[in-house]
Amino acid sequence: MAQFIDRRLNSKGKSTVNRQRFLRRYKEQIKQSVANSVSKRSVTDIDSGEKISIPSRDVSEPFFHTIKGGKQERVHPGNDHFSRGDKVNRPQGGHGQGNGDGETSDSGEGEDEFIFHISKNEYLDLLFEDLALPNLQKNQLDKLVQYQTYRAGFVSDGVPSNLDVVRSLKGSIARRIAMTAGKKVLLAELEEKLLKLKNDTIDHQMEIIVLKNEIAELKKRITRVPFIDTFDLRFRNFENRPIPTSKAVMFCLMDVSGSMDQATKDVAKRFYILLYLFLTRSYKNVEVIYIRHHTQAKEVDEQEFFYSQETGGTIVSSALKLMQNIITERFPSNDWNIYAAQASDGDNWADDSPKCSELLHQQLLPIIRYFAYIEITQRQHQSLWEEYQQLSDIHPNFSIKHIREVRDIYPVFRELFDKNISKQKGVT
Amino acid sequence: MAKNNKSVPLSDGPDWTFALLEQYEQEIDRVAKYYGLKTYPNQIEVITAEQMMDAYASVGMPLNYTHWSFGKKFIQTEQNYRRGQMGLAYEIVINSEPCIAYLMEENTITMQALVIAHACYGHNSFFKNNYLFQTWTDAGSIIDYLLFAKNYLAKCELKYGVSAVEDIMDSCHALMSFGVDRYKRPQKISMQEERERQHDRETYLQSQVNDLWRTLPEAKLKDPEKNVRFPSEPQENLLYFIEKNAPLLEPWQRELVRIVRKVSQYFYPQKQTQVMNEGWACFWHYHILNHLYDEGKVTDRFIMEFLHSHTSVVAQPDYNSPNYSGINPYALGFNMFMDIKRVCQHPTEEDKRWLPDIAGKDWLETINFAMQNFKDESFISQFLSPKIIRDFKLFAIEDDEQEPHICISAIHDELGYQNIRDKLSAQYNLSNIEPNIQVYDVDVRGDRSLTLRYIPQNAIPLSKSSEAVLKHFHRLWGFGVKLEQLAEDNSISLLASCPEDLKQQTELAI
Repeated sequence: MAQFIDRRLNSKGKSTVNRQRFLRRYKEQIKQSVANSVSKRSVTDIDSGEKISIPSRDVSEPFFHTIKGGKQERVHPGNDHFSRGDKVNRPQGGHGQGNGDGETSDSGEGEDEFIFHISKNEYLDLLFEDLALPNLQKNQLDKLVQYQTYRAGFVSDGVPSNLDVVRSLKGSIARRIAMTAGKKVLLAELEEKLLKLKNDTIDHQMEIIVLKNEIAELKKRITRVPFIDTFDLRFRNFENRPIPTSKAVMFCLMDVSGSMDQATKDVAKRFYILLYLFLTRSYKNVEVIYIRHHTQAKEVDEQEFFYSQETGGTIVSSALKLMQNIITERFPSNDWNIYAAQASDGDNWADDSPKCSELLHQQLLPIIRYFAYIEITQRQHQSLWEEYQQLSDIHPNFSIKHIREVRDIYPVFRELFDKNISKQKGVT
Repeated sequence: MAKNNKSVPLSDGPDWTFALLEQYEQEIDRVAKYYGLKTYPNQIEVITAEQMMDAYASVGMPLNYTHWSFGKKFIQTEQNYRRGQMGLAYEIVINSEPCIAYLMEENTITMQALVIAHACYGHNSFFKNNYLFQTWTDAGSIIDYLLFAKNYLAKCELKYGVSAVEDIMDSCHALMSFGVDRYKRPQKISMQEERERQHDRETYLQSQVNDLWRTLPEAKLKDPEKNVRFPSEPQENLLYFIEKNAPLLEPWQRELVRIVRKVSQYFYPQKQTQVMNEGWACFWHYHILNHLYDEGKVTDRFIMEFLHSHTSVVAQPDYNSPNYSGINPYALGFNMFMDIKRVCQHPTEEDKRWLPDIAGKDWLETINFAMQNFKDESFISQFLSPKIIRDFKLFAIEDDEQEPHICISAIHDELGYQNIRDKLSAQYNLSNIEPNIQVYDVDVRGDRSLTLRYIPQNAIPLSKSSEAVLKHFHRLWGFGVKLEQLAEDNSISLLASCPEDLKQQTELAI
């Protein structure tokens, strides 16, 4: 009578398209939420999705309905002590007193936030929508490549270790067949003739001798065909193919002199987080090198980078020099995509700034992908900014931005990597 | 009598297999036939929890058009389920022919049997026989219609863009509960006809609309002073009014309005028969499974597990219990059907006075009559007996905004029975629950602005969200929309308008 159907193996993502529609519709709010969440993460934490909350007023679906008010009658069960005509105080809350503005939502959620999770991929997609790595196309193949060896058929020339025995012997058989086939046919004919003459009643002594000589000659020629010839040899061929490297290294440079307070560092940290997340979208392995400096530069770990305080003056070029050393030692620029982000409050010894500019112009900028400098300060720009500004006019892979407050970070980051303006120079 | 045909009980699991499910289904079917239940053929589908959430998201239907609100629903359901705030239903049953029921794979065999009896025989027979469902829905064509709707929407999205379709659908959803003909019987719909007629309808409707605004010479000949009302009578079916009369809608937009209206119409009977539907299904799972137990077909362990679930389903928490969230339709419905059976079999003096028509009659015939010819509102006003009122200890409270206190207006005593019966019935009257809003007037000769009129009952105000709904109405109508309220003293006040300056204009005019 009834028909049973096992639907358990059917696909379960029937609502996926509706979910996508929902995300599409609330993209603005979700993006806002994503942008806010960036600050709460550690630099390299990219494995988790994100909790998104949207004010439920935005996702509510309005409909005509009535609210508490006027004269209403309700029937309830479980009378325990009431008699007719009893007067009771209005219960507060409990019995669904209207919220005044009438937002007694049917789902019982009231004005709560509508909170849900998005997956890691959805999170990153939203975070970096419309952003692209600058200059990636331009010099991808001529510079930042790795080679991978791959098989490229067979050649007749090569070193003995690459000899392909099977193919060589195949060639040998083919050659031998080709070179002896005609002779063998002739040989068979002669032998047949010889047999005929031998069996004939009449004696053919002379002819037999001639034939035997011919046969001996033919056999000789056949055996003279060599078993293997250099012509037969086949070697496996290998070629190198350039592949874009998937390795990237990101240098975080930060000034930790006394003038950088924790709040400024925090701003810088958020910027680094964004850059790291962004790079992991494009590269398989991203290494992060933290270089902090005051008058001297030092390579440190993340904890020390962000949270240790040192005092002293500021010599930015020390950090750039260290960076250059690290690159030559550990990250040859033809193997690694090199990115650098420098954060500073703009303080520098006045006579060091031209040195920095020189260093970048001559040594660093030609070999690295992108150098972003952000200045986090409320004050006037100083000599470093001026120098850098000149540089940014010459080098398209160098850009500088000015951040005043925490909320500037994300917009500035977007500006730096915006697909549409990545061709232009980043000038504030 | 059970002793006579001693039989080997069916396995009580707790795990189920398809073979075992079929055995149970056959036994349940046999008992259902014995009691004369008429049903659509059953199609029972076993699904996983995720699939159940998918089904939740598309209002229980196996397929539906694409809309973000279903995605929102899915996210909510998933969240609540993950956090353990909500269990999923054991089953979902769809009013279609064949009647599709979803069973969750997590259920034990007892639960599966309970669900088969409840959904595939209880709800199913209700869908087939209740007059509201017979009149308002066409079980045979709903799946086809939803398929048509889904494809049509997809086609429109390709042609006019996702956002354009979404805008119209949002607006329609806002007015969805006002897309129902309450009195006129709707026409049957079928996929085939729908597709064939849809094109004709597009062109025809468009011509009709144009006609409405046509300024032909004859119009000028008429007496300009004579004010022709349009619509001639207030219209309660707002979506229907828009579909037929909104001047600026494109033909495909009209079709979308129509789709939402049709779906709304399909769900309309379910809103009005919650108590009866659930009560009926509980009544039958209770009877069928007990019958199987009496025959020795199911084990003690089975029936104990069943009774445990059954009692928790039909439990009614008291008003002061933390679990209280209104009257449990399962509890009220189940007890009322049981009570009707009791009144038929063992009527008391009181019953003979209160329910003279059914006291002492054949119980099967009586409950079938009750199931077929009533909806919640009329069912309660007809069959709520004093015994039920006493059992539930029902009491009515009156909450008048004007008074400092709320007042207990009736309790479960001789004086209160009739009162409570009326009040409970009114509580299930859809026209009391949903605000009475009608299209009152269209300024055909002027700026084409439309006036909606809200007629409150007992001065119950309308929610502020009406302003947002009005914006949606405005999008569909294309010209100014006003919402006014007709108070008890016949004074008219403007509640909202869209666009906003329409309000000012009116005020200036006054």
